[in-house]
Amino acid sequence: MEWLERNVPKLVLAPSFVAILVFVYGFIAWTAWISFTRSRLMPRYELDGFIQYERLFAAPRWDVAMNNLFIFGGLFILFSMVIGLVLAILLDQKIRAEGVLRTIYLYPMALSLIVTGTAWKWILNPGLGLQEMVRGWGFENFTFDWLIRPDMAIYTIVLAAVWQASGFVMALFLAGLRSVDTEIIRAAQVDGIPTHRIYSAIIIPTMAPIFLSAFIVLAHLAIKAFDLVIALTGGGPGYATDLPATYMYAMAFSRGDLGQAASSAMIMMMVVFAIVVPYLYSELRPRRDQ
Amino acid sequence: MTSNTVLRWGLYGILILFAAFYLMPLFVMLTTSLKSLEEIRTGSLLALPREITFAPWAEAWSTACAGTQCEGLRPFFWNSVLMAVPAVAISTVIGALNGYVFAQWRFKGANLFFAMILFGCFIPFQVVLLPMAQMLGFMGLAGTIPGLIFVHVIYGIGFTTLFFRNYYVTIPQELVRAAKVDGAGFFRIFWSIFLPLSLPIITVSVIWQFTQIWNDFLFGVSFSGPGSQPVTVALNNIVNSTTGVKAYNVDMAAAIIAALPTLLVYVVAGKYFIRGLTAGSVKG
Repeated sequence: MEWLERNVPKLVLAPSFVAILVFVYGFIAWTAWISFTRSRLMPRYELDGFIQYERLFAAPRWDVAMNNLFIFGGLFILFSMVIGLVLAILLDQKIRAEGVLRTIYLYPMALSLIVTGTAWKWILNPGLGLQEMVRGWGFENFTFDWLIRPDMAIYTIVLAAVWQASGFVMALFLAGLRSVDTEIIRAAQVDGIPTHRIYSAIIIPTMAPIFLSAFIVLAHLAIKAFDLVIALTGGGPGYATDLPATYMYAMAFSRGDLGQAASSAMIMMMVVFAIVVPYLYSELRPRRDQ
Repeated sequence: MTSNTVLRWGLYGILILFAAFYLMPLFVMLTTSLKSLEEIRTGSLLALPREITFAPWAEAWSTACAGTQCEGLRPFFWNSVLMAVPAVAISTVIGALNGYVFAQWRFKGANLFFAMILFGCFIPFQVVLLPMAQMLGFMGLAGTIPGLIFVHVIYGIGFTTLFFRNYYVTIPQELVRAAKVDGAGFFRIFWSIFLPLSLPIITVSVIWQFTQIWNDFLFGVSFSGPGSQPVTVALNNIVNSTTGVKAYNVDMAAAIIAALPTLLVYVVAGKYFIRGLTAGSVKG
């Protein structure tokens, strides 16, 4: 009875511990194992070296997916950060109706990416959407058909994703701006330092951790981007807008190629970990020192 | 006008321009959903409907075809409700208890386990998709709503634990020590000290989990069967259904219906929604 009393906390954690161990770490190990086999439609467990990774890196479609990830990820993170920071700084100027504007900027984050994709697919469709509207205004040669152009379609995904996530970055940055010590800012103002210098020299440098957080979250969103591509372009035209996530899904559920699905998933995880592990490590370390 | 007022006007101009950018898709969705197909074909994207019709909404709700099934979004909407409500409740309860242990009942190895959980929050779900499909098959839960609930609970407890742990860590440990001296046990302390203080963080956790689970597509499309698809999957099927004339107005009505629950939560409890978002990225 006393033993029970003493170990209640551990017993409470035990189910979660087992679940995380099996369904996170065990499953990762399973996927890793399958990625070293010749599994096709059904899992096979005889190891066969790096055959799946060789196939993966030789596949033009995977090449496109990785390229797209860098284009999409880079532009998505860049634009979301810039727009988020600009909006946060502008909103920080004692704006009337700040609450309303903030609510408007952030609501897309509450939507499903499928909804976002559906809406932008309709807006960007060349037949009846934006292009047709501008042509109707008299600009008859106006062309905005990125959605159906293999070389440009990836940028429509950037556009929709930035629309969805930039408000969130704004909220992060605004919270950061507000947490800067007002005493220092007031002192700088008294000294006659211009506002833009106060931002560039005092406020923004103290927000470095928030930049890092925003970067991590956005990079994480970019690597996991799946729903948006499915809803907006379906990976097309052809496979021009494939991302690793859609490649993995296609291999797993429509091509019946488990080996390729597993190896592409492993690559995705390595990309995530390359970004997240140093971050988590630095987040967890100071806690141990306490 | 002084240069300062010009600057002010410019500032508001830019802010309103951005507001227009964020609102435009919602505006287009709403107006398109209220137009007839005829008007969509002849009119302009941003034009208000000349004649408002609710027929697309009725069709989206009860007769639109998702794949071969032509019952509208309604059955799938209820699937999502049946999936989200238990999954949110269970993962929040587990998260609260876990967070309570991590914050107030530290033991050897707890830090390592917490790091393991934190790490698990960041994995791309693609890496567990294949084994989970197998596992659900073994458990006889493949293609069922309980199967989806199970998956959402498993991959939700990381975040809920994080929320509660970071919240409970701010409660002084002396409180627990004093209660222990008075003879109160683990659950008694949780029930009468911690739970009454927890309303804000429960709200954050519930809203976060609800938004995540309602908006999920990957698990829904991977693990559901014809009768258990959540609303996001059905929406995508309706939009991509190739039979008949493309009914943009029905697509837009369906999109709004699918978005309504989370939008409503955002409008009613936006403050807590933002806290969840930021707590998920900035750790305590």
